[in-house]
Amino acid sequence: MGDRSTGRSWFSVMLPAIPVLAVGLSACGSGAGSSGVPSATPSPLCAGVNTPPGHTNGVASVSGGASSLSGAGGTFVAPMMSIWSAAYNTSDHVQVAYQSVGSGAGIAQVQAATVDFGESDAFMTDSDIAKAKGPVVQTPLVQAPVVVAYNLPEITSGLHFDGETVGKIFAGQITTWNDPAIKKLNPNVNVPNLPIAVVHRSDGSGTTFIFSDFLTKESPTWVSALGGKDKSVGKTIAWPVGIGGKGNEGVSAAVGQNSGGIGYLELSYAVAQNLTYADVKNKAGSFIQPCVKTAANATAGITDYPPDLRIDVVDVSTDADAYPITGLTWALVYQKQTDAAKAAALVNFFNYVLTKGQDVAATADYTPLGADLQKLCVGQLRKITLNGTPVAA
Amino acid sequence: MSPASAGGIAAIERHPLPIALRGERRRLGDSVFGAAVALTGGVVLLVLAAMVVFLVLQGLPAMRHYGFFSSITSQRWAPSEASATLSTPNPYGIVQFIYGTVLTSLIGMVIAVPLAVGAALVITDVAPRRLRRPLSSLVDLLAAVPSVVYGFWGLFALIPAIRPVVDFITSTLGTVPVIGVPFGGPFFGVSYFTAGLVLAIMILPIIAAVCREVFRSTPRNEKEAAVALGATRWEMIRIAVLPRARSGIVGASLIGLGRAVGETIAVTMVIGNAVLHINPSIFDQGATMSSVIANEFTEATEPFHLESLFVVGFWLLIVALVVNMLARVVVRRGVSL
Repeated sequence: MGDRSTGRSWFSVMLPAIPVLAVGLSACGSGAGSSGVPSATPSPLCAGVNTPPGHTNGVASVSGGASSLSGAGGTFVAPMMSIWSAAYNTSDHVQVAYQSVGSGAGIAQVQAATVDFGESDAFMTDSDIAKAKGPVVQTPLVQAPVVVAYNLPEITSGLHFDGETVGKIFAGQITTWNDPAIKKLNPNVNVPNLPIAVVHRSDGSGTTFIFSDFLTKESPTWVSALGGKDKSVGKTIAWPVGIGGKGNEGVSAAVGQNSGGIGYLELSYAVAQNLTYADVKNKAGSFIQPCVKTAANATAGITDYPPDLRIDVVDVSTDADAYPITGLTWALVYQKQTDAAKAAALVNFFNYVLTKGQDVAATADYTPLGADLQKLCVGQLRKITLNGTPVAA
Repeated sequence: MSPASAGGIAAIERHPLPIALRGERRRLGDSVFGAAVALTGGVVLLVLAAMVVFLVLQGLPAMRHYGFFSSITSQRWAPSEASATLSTPNPYGIVQFIYGTVLTSLIGMVIAVPLAVGAALVITDVAPRRLRRPLSSLVDLLAAVPSVVYGFWGLFALIPAIRPVVDFITSTLGTVPVIGVPFGGPFFGVSYFTAGLVLAIMILPIIAAVCREVFRSTPRNEKEAAVALGATRWEMIRIAVLPRARSGIVGASLIGLGRAVGETIAVTMVIGNAVLHINPSIFDQGATMSSVIANEFTEATEPFHLESLFVVGFWLLIVALVVNMLARVVVRRGVSL
């Protein structure tokens, strides 16, 4: 072949694959998340330990329950559900297999009756229930705040935002951080002259539902940019601008990677990624840091719960210490059960979730249900029947 | 077809089934083998046909409701604006996804093909002999990396690495009127360009591996003849290796293109998933046909949403088939050159 003599000189010039690999090795150390700075000192509202609610008002345990249950639903509640199912398996030896497939898929699986229970961040509407095989009992399981996380390396304390400003940012009408609207809310902060990288969910999401619900209630600009209130709230939004991240993880990665990034996340993901998040103005006019305590206040003062508990609590409370972007997440169970063992297991499991399960919620940065609401949820369990008679005693 | 191989087929046809001609009894093994092969081959065709029928059937409600071609004449995808009764305008336009698929694949090809050809030449003709085998297996190893790993790597390693370069481009070339529009900023990491770059790195080993085999098949005596005539290494490659390999390189590239067009998870992770419309800059966010399906099918709860995702799947299949057929035409023409 005659290529031995000149091989080396060519070799050094023409090996294109090696530099490509080298880029990977050298850049590996600078991943996302490293730029996130934890929120500065917690506001007095969030300081101190979270006292477990210690509810004892559950129903009596029903005997003869099945040893396994299957459920499907939102990813929002999945980390909480895995804690509940592990603890419940240890204490009561019942396996709860939860598929975190998304709220829409959870509702679809309830309608097809392929799971024992469903879960969704938006309750089933009348038209959803019409497609199901019978009446559905819906009960909130837990409350959770959605935070507005941002990545501005020099600003470690919570920026102040109101709904209209956040709405303008996500509608693409505020594009730099030193916009007068942001400066006006944060007179003492030196906001940098950086372009805003808007990050939203690319997949349908209950988190999006809660966040867009808040924007729709607080930001006329958001509503008009999206073309009306029927289009400005939902699990999917026709986002005018921004990066779509898949899942809470995708959003936190994109925010963490971009100086100037802003996105909305469930609190537990923002805490896990060490992202800084904003204090948001509530109905009473105060800027509130999101945490378990302030999210719990989001249902404070609500008394007019409908009998089926299908209520929108986002930005409703007028409590001075309530974090406004707080939503509920629902369990969906057929009211008329046909299998005695499954019916007993369902009532027992959700009874655990609504009583002892509420005590462990705060450890995963979820918010236990308020006392008033929790009582009503236990009442929902009593509506589940087997051959016409209530399962719970 | 080259004259030689055409002659070969003709020769076989003149003497069909020599075993049968000799009057011997056909063995049981032959008929079992024949039937088994026919069955497996038939299953492949059946699966393909069933897939097309399935996609059309699933997408049919949306196609009927909005009209067959309305999705490929609109570039606005807004499921939240869909209603069960309104049929115009179609909120499920997919031109921006076709654009995203084509653009990212194109960026991938432009970067990967020269690199892959170079890498293959290094392995076959340039690198010191003792390095060729390890290099060769390294390339094969790269081809086996799962795509989700490429996506992860793209997100956490590649984006920080290219950011200074892209920031420089957007702040210089990107500010020029008209020609600067496709290079405009600001750059937020995930973009058409990033997706193209990740695709390039994914398809590079595949193209390089095929090219390597193609270059290896160059007759040794032709290479030696070129060197004997006083050709340098480069001239030897230019005279003896590359002309014969042209159709092989094209074929290899099209195999790579096939993977790039359908690649889903890695692209979904780095393209930014802006589904609403086409963004003009390659440094802006976009979406491809496969990325929108991967993102939205789990929560496709709006009216005609899931059906429209099947429509996207149908057109993706069409695009893939067109790319493949184009590949055949190009390869055939390449051979006759």
